[in-house]
Amino acid sequence: MRQISVALFAGALFGAGLAFSGMADPARVQGFLDLFGHWDPTLAFVMGGAMIPMAVAWIIQRRLDKPFADAHFSLPGTTLIDGKLTIGAVLFGAGWGISGLCPGPGFADLAINPLPALAFVGALLAGMIVHRVTS
Amino acid sequence: MLAAFPHAMPLEGLIGGLMIGVAAAVMLLGLGRIAGVSGLAARATGIADSGAPRSIAIAFVIGLPLGAFIISLITGGIETRFPLTIIPLIIGGLLVGYGTRLGSGCTSGHGVCGMSRLSPRSLIATSIFMASGFVTVALMRAGGFL
Repeated sequence: MRQISVALFAGALFGAGLAFSGMADPARVQGFLDLFGHWDPTLAFVMGGAMIPMAVAWIIQRRLDKPFADAHFSLPGTTLIDGKLTIGAVLFGAGWGISGLCPGPGFADLAINPLPALAFVGALLAGMIVHRVTS
Repeated sequence: MLAAFPHAMPLEGLIGGLMIGVAAAVMLLGLGRIAGVSGLAARATGIADSGAPRSIAIAFVIGLPLGAFIISLITGGIETRFPLTIIPLIIGGLLVGYGTRLGSGCTSGHGVCGMSRLSPRSLIATSIFMASGFVTVALMRAGGFL
């Protein structure tokens, strides 16, 4: 129950940050990617802001034996840079540009603008299922 | 606030970014996990077999709209300008879903968590998906879709 509460709190704070920063607005995100239009640098400030607590968190993490609410760290250890990583990133970036949405804002917007958000999230999950059944 | 970019929200972006960073830090230091939305969404829906316990993934994913809703209430509503037709949402969603599974992460996992860890894998993934996004939108503009 404690772990679920921590995850719910983290998810809610994450969603609140997306909404407050303007990142739940697909046109604003697309504006950041639109170098040849009315470029909107807001996303760079969001990324920069998010880096600060996380850089500190990684320093603290290296000094801990285990996290505060779990028995051990479960962190990705893979360092492989392969075709899957690069092609996956190319496809994700294309979809991000076309829609102005990545997964976080897609889910966050279910509470703000449910119908178009649901269309995006439905297609997102369908894309994940396609990956699962073809790999 | 930025004279050259009248539509930018640098202060809101920075504060919201700090909130996102603290949220990811809570996941890392509290539960020992990466706050990667694509991975957690795949786990929450049962599309992925491995990863975080399903209860944790579901709680995090439910939190996303909950937090956005609270901000919307406090601020009197937030702007969400979606594409005008469903087609870019469907094509974009399919590509984002497939691509984030193939590439093992999105803006949160590779971008926020991986880059702050200085993970070479995440630095490369983030550089590629940013570049791909820039090129895609440039092509959309050239093709008259924007």
